[in-house]
Amino acid sequence: MINSRFFNRSELLGFLALAVLLLLILPLSLDIFRLNLVAKYLTYAFVGIGLVLCWGYGGILSLGQGVFFGLGGYCMAMYLKLEASSVANTKIQSTPGIPDFMDWNQLTSLPFFWKPFHSFPVTLLAILLVPAFFALIIGAAMFKRRVGGVYFAIITQAIAAILTILIVGQQGYTGGINGITDLRTLHGWDIRTDHAKFILYFVEVVLLFGCIVAAQFIRLTKLGRILVAMREQEDRVRFSGYSVANFKIFAFCAAAVFAAIGGAMFTLEVGFMSPSFVGIVPSIEMVIYTAVGGRMSIFGAVWGALLVNFAKTSLSESFPQLWLFGLGALFIAVVLAFPNGLSGIWADHIQPRIDRLLSSRKSKSATGMIADGAPAE
Amino acid sequence: MSDETKPGLKSPLRRKLLMGMAALPAVSMLGRPAFADVPATSAVNTTGLAVTDSEVTVGILHSVTGTMAISETGSVEAEKLAIEQINAAGGVLGRKIKFIQEDGASDWPTFAEKAKKLLVNDKCAAVMGCWTSASRKAVLPVFEQYNGMLYYPTFYEGLEQSKNVIYTGQEATQQIIAGLDWVNKTKGAKSFYLLGSDYIWPRTSNKIARKHIENHLQGCKVVGEEYFPLGSTQFNSVINKIKLTKPDVIYAIIVGGSNVAFYKQLKAAGIDLSKQTLLTISVTEDEIDGIGGENIAGAYACMKYFQSLDNPNNKAFVPAFKKMWGEKTVIGDVTQAAYLGPWLWKLTVEKAGSFDIDKIAAASPGVEFKGAPEGYVRIHENHHLWSKTRVGRAKADGQYELIYETADLVEPDPFPKGYQ
Repeated sequence: MINSRFFNRSELLGFLALAVLLLLILPLSLDIFRLNLVAKYLTYAFVGIGLVLCWGYGGILSLGQGVFFGLGGYCMAMYLKLEASSVANTKIQSTPGIPDFMDWNQLTSLPFFWKPFHSFPVTLLAILLVPAFFALIIGAAMFKRRVGGVYFAIITQAIAAILTILIVGQQGYTGGINGITDLRTLHGWDIRTDHAKFILYFVEVVLLFGCIVAAQFIRLTKLGRILVAMREQEDRVRFSGYSVANFKIFAFCAAAVFAAIGGAMFTLEVGFMSPSFVGIVPSIEMVIYTAVGGRMSIFGAVWGALLVNFAKTSLSESFPQLWLFGLGALFIAVVLAFPNGLSGIWADHIQPRIDRLLSSRKSKSATGMIADGAPAE
Repeated sequence: MSDETKPGLKSPLRRKLLMGMAALPAVSMLGRPAFADVPATSAVNTTGLAVTDSEVTVGILHSVTGTMAISETGSVEAEKLAIEQINAAGGVLGRKIKFIQEDGASDWPTFAEKAKKLLVNDKCAAVMGCWTSASRKAVLPVFEQYNGMLYYPTFYEGLEQSKNVIYTGQEATQQIIAGLDWVNKTKGAKSFYLLGSDYIWPRTSNKIARKHIENHLQGCKVVGEEYFPLGSTQFNSVINKIKLTKPDVIYAIIVGGSNVAFYKQLKAAGIDLSKQTLLTISVTEDEIDGIGGENIAGAYACMKYFQSLDNPNNKAFVPAFKKMWGEKTVIGDVTQAAYLGPWLWKLTVEKAGSFDIDKIAAASPGVEFKGAPEGYVRIHENHHLWSKTRVGRAKADGQYELIYETADLVEPDPFPKGYQ
């Protein structure tokens, strides 16, 4: 049955809590440097939301979300780089007007696939369409042949590795292992100033809430129910007459688009893009954020991305030589003790207590408050 | 190199004492120089850097975790040694140096994040750091935006110059041209096979090498040029090509762990480096540690520093380094260049009479460091160092034996005309 309300009470609470935190508490309490770090963490929340849909609900574990994060980020970076490489800025080069790394690699003209990125609207479209198209091809090739589960996860890893090697190897066209650096303006607007960082933060938070609402919408429609059904009993769904492959492709494409939006925002917030966000390690890290937050919960994914990255920064600042061990231990502990992540802890331990408190006070029954995100048994 | 120019190496006892003081802020307050000519903080720091009456904060930003940790650890150690020696010698403008270390984790965006933290949050008066070109490219916009000062130790590809960076390693032309001239003259080399890992430094360096070989050396030619992905361990096909083409010189710019596979496979294929000339610009004593001296003995390396250099500065530097970090540590070219960073900064600050970044940037050209383990160095107008170029021959014990050094300092030329 489809829930008649878009957010139930606990989700509404979660939405409001997140909104207050991101729109009020953090901007008011953090300096611009820390706020910019939060903005960086939040770019991974986009990937997390996509993973909740495709992995938590659809049961499709993708270990290659870095590919889509990277594609979105590279599309944005190519536009910004072209803007930064005006003839006036690059007169020191042997061919002025092309990005500096092309000049180092003896390219004398702009490659054809860079040319569309002179235009801002085309870039915005490309950020959404290129990853979606890529996901469509991968999805169609895999799901139509009923490749799933572990095999799919391995293939997505392979794709992440291939794309990294491609980017590193074709450094004249992609900037190689250095990535695309020294980005300056977005449509003439300097993105490096503190003021710009402040505005970009809010743009990103608004986009994030847009994605949360979109993901929630997908979850609550019949489509979302079919995804869960598919995860639990794929064959039954297939025998009921649904095209399982198409639903999976859709979930995978949606996750890709979310990741790409995160990637594009990452480029704007951090000021460069490099193959180190595309490969296997970052892709797995993104899955870990989601697992820590709780793969069944959209809000959990956002909290997971925020908290894990926050822990990463603060641990590495305090213990430069030991922090990776601490972080590893944290992951193992969370996965062993709380397989549903932070949102699982919330739903199992904290939520019931709050309900009991409320119900005893208002003497209202709190029935029907089974956490909506719990896996269907 | 005169004797009074030795870096501030005091007796071990005194060093230990001062080390202890630096560890205890309360005691180091007592350790403040008693003489009255310590200039007022308001006069030497007009831009809000982390400078107090008794202390000045600098940042150390290298990878201590991840794949680059093995290379960057030496730089961290050298920088800490230099800071300790400077403190033992009275600090900078009467202030002790306190350092904040951050981990770049072999990850370029982490470098950018930590650089921003060191400049914006900690207000570091200078940062010693970065190793790979990728990490430097990632932090450069941060240093330029927040007006920080970076001392960058690695030999690198050039094509860069910034008000906010002092490059204490050699840029490509300094490292390459003298070596090629030497091998052409003394070995009569005419044909060269260029090899490299596939990223900007080896590619740019080989481009310079090719231009020099083809345009400036009489009758010389490049008979092959190949690149391998970072971390690659398969060199058999190129070794076969080398055996077929029989070049006079193998010119190798392979980096990191790939070196181990390359030199072992070269040896296994029967190429004897005592007969086949191999010139590398990427293998320091640190890399030989991994490759194994017996696998690379006989190869020539062209850089500016070898641990075995015989001069008074180096004879003081090597034991001091080993005393602090252990007898087994080796010191490569980059480690020595990293050691120069804090010293050059101290000398520049004292020349400028101020910690202000703008004043340091302006005062840097012309600053000389006579206590450098590599000998005498001087900062050029383009913020690179004048330094000598040396050729060494690898021995089985993992050390280089100095074969040749340029008579004069070589001028740094990050944007070489005719080589681009």
